[in-house]
Amino acid sequence: MSVKVRIERRLEVSRTTQIGSILLSLLLSFVVIAVIFSFLGVNPLNAYRRILIGGFGSLYGLSESVAKSIPLLLAGAGLALSFKARVYNIGAEGQILLGAIVGGGIGLAWPDLPRGLLLPLMFLGGFLGGALWALIPALLKTRFRVDEVLTSLMLVYIASDLVRYLVYGPWRGAEQRGFPYSSPFSLSAQLPHLGTTRIHYPTLIVALLLTLAIYILLYYTKLGYEIRVVGENPAAGRYAGMSVERVILFVLVLSGGLAGLAGVGEVAGIHARLGPPEGISPGYGFTAIIVAWLARLNPLLTVLTAFFMGGLLVGGDAIQTALNLPSATIFIFNGVILFFIIAAEYLTNYRVKVEVVK
Amino acid sequence: MSEVPTAVLMKGITKRFAGVVANSNIDFEVREGEIHALLGENGAGKTTLMNILYGIYRPDEGEIYIYGKKAHIHSPKDAIALGIGMVHQQFRLVQTHTVVENIVLGTGNGLRFEEEEVRQKIVDLAQRYSLAINPDARIWQLSAGEQQRVEILKALYRGAKILILDEPTSMLTPLEIKELLQTLRRMTEEGNTIIFITHKLDEVTAVSHRVTILRQGKVTAVLETAKTNKVQLANLMVGREVLFRLEKPSVERGSEVLRVEGLEALSDKGLIAVNNVSFTVHRGEILGIAGVAGNGQRELLEVIAGLRPATRGKIFINGVEATRSSIRERINMGMSYVPGERMTALVPNMSIAENMILKSYRTAPISKGAFIDRREMLNLAQRLIQEYEVITPGPEKPVKLLSGGNIQRALMARELSQQVDILVAAYPTSGLDVGAIETIWRILLSQRPLGKAILLVSDDLEEILTLSDRVAVMHNGEIMGIVEPKEENLEKIGLMMAGALKLEQEQWV
Ligand SMILES: Nc1ncnc2c1ncn2[C@@H]1O[C@H](COP(=O)(O)OP(=O)(O)O)[C@@H](O)[C@H]1O
Ligand SMILES: [Mg+2]
Repeated sequence: MSVKVRIERRLEVSRTTQIGSILLSLLLSFVVIAVIFSFLGVNPLNAYRRILIGGFGSLYGLSESVAKSIPLLLAGAGLALSFKARVYNIGAEGQILLGAIVGGGIGLAWPDLPRGLLLPLMFLGGFLGGALWALIPALLKTRFRVDEVLTSLMLVYIASDLVRYLVYGPWRGAEQRGFPYSSPFSLSAQLPHLGTTRIHYPTLIVALLLTLAIYILLYYTKLGYEIRVVGENPAAGRYAGMSVERVILFVLVLSGGLAGLAGVGEVAGIHARLGPPEGISPGYGFTAIIVAWLARLNPLLTVLTAFFMGGLLVGGDAIQTALNLPSATIFIFNGVILFFIIAAEYLTNYRVKVEVVK
Repeated sequence: MSEVPTAVLMKGITKRFAGVVANSNIDFEVREGEIHALLGENGAGKTTLMNILYGIYRPDEGEIYIYGKKAHIHSPKDAIALGIGMVHQQFRLVQTHTVVENIVLGTGNGLRFEEEEVRQKIVDLAQRYSLAINPDARIWQLSAGEQQRVEILKALYRGAKILILDEPTSMLTPLEIKELLQTLRRMTEEGNTIIFITHKLDEVTAVSHRVTILRQGKVTAVLETAKTNKVQLANLMVGREVLFRLEKPSVERGSEVLRVEGLEALSDKGLIAVNNVSFTVHRGEILGIAGVAGNGQRELLEVIAGLRPATRGKIFINGVEATRSSIRERINMGMSYVPGERMTALVPNMSIAENMILKSYRTAPISKGAFIDRREMLNLAQRLIQEYEVITPGPEKPVKLLSGGNIQRALMARELSQQVDILVAAYPTSGLDVGAIETIWRILLSQRPLGKAILLVSDDLEEILTLSDRVAVMHNGEIMGIVEPKEENLEKIGLMMAGALKLEQEQWV
């Protein structure tokens, strides 16, 4: 008797299979992470309970989760669009930082402008900053066929060093007594919050509207049609006279711009000044990759997945302090979940059959 | 009944895939020493049945007997042990290895085989079955026909007495087909048994002793080839009358739509593939380009469609020069292109409706400002599905779920629904079954009275002769001559295809 494993391609993937696979991949991730917790000497059930309570169990936790979901949503929805065109922008983290630099720079340069003018200017600048940062891999890809995965990722480190240079150097606030921070933003350069929470609701509203806009763009417009065709079969796009280069430029620049907006939201809504890069964005740009994949690249679903991942970040912070875990814990979460999502993506397109042969 | 012993007996075979019954209670019997054709349209279940015999799939129900003994075939290894060999539709050869290495690969000899001995055995086998092949050539250097010979040798080397060939002629030139059929006859003389899968009626009548016909997973008949004819076979295969004699009413030749002058283009390898080619195509006519595959036809069409640059010469569409025009400009000038590789003109994962607008999404009524009018899109798709009889559960289903014939129908529908003056069609019926071929032929012929011009490339000479008003023969990148598709020109066409005759330009029609 022997057991045979056979892999067959599925022709049609039903919606239930898709959702089932997302849930299953999450479940499996949590099982694996539980094992890791055990190795770290932590009772996994206890850890999960604390994460759940930390992220979703109180009004405070919920509000924090929403606040963290704002940058995840902005960057994640843009990445969903980019990935849909099979353009793998891995550098949203760097684009967030560029948005923070340009948006924050505008806030620092004209602190006395009225709020109604200054904040929109900061967002506009941040969008352009992120977009230009993404334009570099876009041009390298369309002109010289350089792989965007590498270039966009490498630009993250350059962006980090740029932020560091600025806050240690020319932009360091005189009153910061040697700490790497800019001067605090003027009041008109700060975003209003919902009550006593840290939810900077203007950014949240912008994020929700833009997510909806991306969905409409993707499924109802000519440009979105081109993006999907080029993503699915570039040869067919070229055959139909589409400009594949234009699609690549567009999705990279737009996803970069959205990440840039997220950067502005963080500095104007949370920190109210510029600081070291890890402070501005503790990896939101990377977590946004998971937000996009977990949503199966459906922009509308990124609203849910951004909130979910936001909660996980908050809960992760909670257990790090409470259970004395290393600060890399949350990256383990990210890595394991991404692994299972991509495995699930494969398994929903293929069917594994196990047969027992006598 | 028969004194001839049975080589293969499959009884009550049923195989289901998600949603499809590929084989439904099939009885299949092959006698020792015969060439048995397995005939059926695409999707009839031929490959599935043979994959079961070869141990790739397990049947859900049914039993298999080989030479009268019940067989348990769980893998190709079991099948090989029982003397069964299979040459798949897609060859399974390692491109960078030599012929000998490919044949020995996987026989359990590893790579430390007695080179000389093995090589001699292969050379002997090749000679015995007159399979001309250089044993030391690397696979990538070989033509499709030669690669197939390697596959056949591979099966024979492993001791196959029962050889399954899955649509073996689909990639061969006419000459190679003739040679293959001869080889098969030779093999039966040596006591081998052949199962020959095909959807081409000519081949059934040319080579087989008996034929089993499948339709939609069921056996519709088992016949002695000598006692049947093509019309009966076609009916059994398709389930309705098939017309072989197509009406080709004469159509007044109109104004010139496409003109190419002294066109030159390079192949992917940078060699001259299209050499000083000139011709015109007029409204109401089909210009067929005949030739053995690989003589520059593909490159010529790509240059005309704008997918490959011309290194010399000019292209005019409706009198306007288009040599350097973009693909999009050519589309707007009234050119439509159906490439030989259908899937490069379609998006398999997207819906039929979304594929139908691939060329028209930029213009009204599909385009509405920046948006796509989804209702118009669905209307268009529905209309084309009906008009061109595309069989599908609905316009929102992905194209990849369609069968080959329906994919080509959908593609034709889209290309002809545009404002087309010139349709450039490459191998429009390759891989299709009789029913689908007939539809595509009808569709192409129906364009002539509408005043459209068609440039048709095919390596199926019968197709060229049936459809064309004029036939240009291409050899080694050059046009050897343009003649009318008449009986008395057949010999000339053959000579030109072989490169043995070149007509003076004054003699062209
Ligand atoms: N692995 C598979 N999974 C699902 N459906 C399949 C698979 N293989 C074949 N089919 C389906 O079974 C039917 C018969 O296919 P096949 O045996 O390849 O037909 P043929 O060789 O006669 O063209 C078709 O409808 C095809 O789509
Ligand atoms: Mg088949």
